[in-house]
Amino acid sequence: MTELIAKINEEVDVEPTELVRMYRSMLRIRHFDGTIKDLFTKDFISGPTHTYIGEEAVAVGAMSMLTRDDYIISTHRGHGHCIAKGGDVKRMMAELLGKATGYCKGKGGSMHIADFDLGILGANGIVAAGLPIAVGAALALQMDGNGRVILAFSGDAATNNGAFHEALNLASVWKLPVVFVCENNLYGITTRITSATAIEDLAIRASSYGMEGVIVDGNDVLAVRRVVGEKVAKARAGGGPTLVECKTYRWFGHVATDPGLYRGIEEIEIWKAKDPIARFRKDLVARGVLTDEQAEAIDQEAAREIEEAIEFGMQSPEPDLDQLLVDIYG
Amino acid sequence: MKELTYSKAINEALREEMARDSKVLVLGEEVGVPRGGVFGVTQGLEEEFGKSRVRNTPISEMAIAGAAVGASLLGYRPVAEIMYVDFITLAMDQIVNQAAKVRYMFGGKARPSLVIRTQGGVGRGGAAQHSQSLEIWFATIPGLKVAMPATPADAKGMLKAAIRDDNPVIFIEHKKLYATRGMVPEGDHVVPLGKAEVKRQGTAATIVTYSYMVLEALAAAEQLAARGIDVEVVDLRSVNPIDWERVLSSVKKTGKLIAVYEACKTGGLGAEICSRAAEELFDYLDAPVQRVAGLDTPIPYNRKLERAAIPNADQIVAAVDRVL
Repeated sequence: MTELIAKINEEVDVEPTELVRMYRSMLRIRHFDGTIKDLFTKDFISGPTHTYIGEEAVAVGAMSMLTRDDYIISTHRGHGHCIAKGGDVKRMMAELLGKATGYCKGKGGSMHIADFDLGILGANGIVAAGLPIAVGAALALQMDGNGRVILAFSGDAATNNGAFHEALNLASVWKLPVVFVCENNLYGITTRITSATAIEDLAIRASSYGMEGVIVDGNDVLAVRRVVGEKVAKARAGGGPTLVECKTYRWFGHVATDPGLYRGIEEIEIWKAKDPIARFRKDLVARGVLTDEQAEAIDQEAAREIEEAIEFGMQSPEPDLDQLLVDIYG
Repeated sequence: MKELTYSKAINEALREEMARDSKVLVLGEEVGVPRGGVFGVTQGLEEEFGKSRVRNTPISEMAIAGAAVGASLLGYRPVAEIMYVDFITLAMDQIVNQAAKVRYMFGGKARPSLVIRTQGGVGRGGAAQHSQSLEIWFATIPGLKVAMPATPADAKGMLKAAIRDDNPVIFIEHKKLYATRGMVPEGDHVVPLGKAEVKRQGTAATIVTYSYMVLEALAAAEQLAARGIDVEVVDLRSVNPIDWERVLSSVKKTGKLIAVYEACKTGGLGAEICSRAAEELFDYLDAPVQRVAGLDTPIPYNRKLERAAIPNADQIVAAVDRVL
């Protein structure tokens, strides 16, 4: 065992406890979003609710190199980002259920979960809109001058929006401490990226801003960690922004009600075979970090945690009517 | 008291607030060296406070507004300039969907302490894309505050209040007001947002207006006074929130209401003022409410046509005569 751990450290230079934490975080995301469809069907949640299943390696790998004091800004498909940054699944689930104990007191829902104490500047219902906000946050971090950074998440479709262009250009001109993490899951709702963009690799867009662009296998959590980690270190050191494109896939449709079959069963199956969690688990077992039994137990613990979160949310009260007009102004 | 131009009064407010609070930033197109804004309002700020706090930006209105939102969420107090209110169309998502919503949709955690300074209105031959009055868009968005001062004293005091405010404030100046002069109190002169002011007292009728049209209304009041008619001119100063108490108490007193605004007549702020008065003060009104407003047209380039597109003192006088 000792020998194997030494080998792991040599190869991936990550503490086993950290590897296990990452594995657990990915499973929390999987189980959290695994409940959405059922809750939606039973009418406990409503509104556009987007699942992150299949993309867990991106959020967990990217955020594993951040500290609690660093920031992220998320997207409409934001549950995974929130969990990976340390978000409380009970308060998240309560928010989805529209309860007073939720992150936004039941007034935000799935697309607006934020936890400023954890540096989560919020999910966003407008595609690409978080990117200019991340630029402003990065400006604040640069002026604070204490080496903190922000990760700005977006999907592939956001790269065709003007906000992406304006944000990346300004971040590069001002050399801001931001890493743009683009989750290329190949589809904007039902539109395949190849019919929306005439280039294969979105990362090459970085070059037009004088910015470094890199591509990483978004289903390999350690690769995401290594690449984003390098770019975070660069940003901390004043080296400016990077665009990291993570090639990945969402297993399900755009929203809870969308079966996503326009993509074809065959394509979906190919990507399911590249399951980032199964792959990481296999790797961890092979490296001797976890036994199969231990890996299974963590999986079950994560499932229980989410069940408890649902229970918490279900038991929680609805917001009082007098909350309707609260927090419009401060 | 000292005499300042409207433009210089705003400049003083920025300078004083930047000196007072290191979290205040200024960003926008041309705001730094060499021009200090295309209207010269931010002149001297970069020289005094440095490149870090006074930032020229690319012509990227969405990024300017977004950067202001993001910096505010981390505790800064950015004052972003959008050169013409017409260009704010390019930043609407950041203002309407982000700045105005973050506090509410995040359950009260966010503090969007930003100011968007811009200027609007007719007056320099700007034609259809450089002359509009678009304040109604922001006046109808809960979460935003909208300030439209008419005098140098109000411009200075309200901008200071806006910078210190913990809400997003859209601060709309008027291009025809920049060169106007007025007395401004010395010292830390702060004018609270959301408070109208009676700029001229009277009993014959109430004129409710704001921004540049305050000057036209006061000119109309002078003409009427020469005929022995004393009208009251209420300057809203803020159009979101509106100081209903001040507006309605004046209308109650005079029994006649003329709402004057430069923006297109249909659905403008005067429509809201008039319907509120009709709704709440029906028994007090002695005449039909009146709107003197811009025509429902794009602003034309030709000077004669341009003048005809917006209200003036003579039209205000005519409206008062109609209700007396």
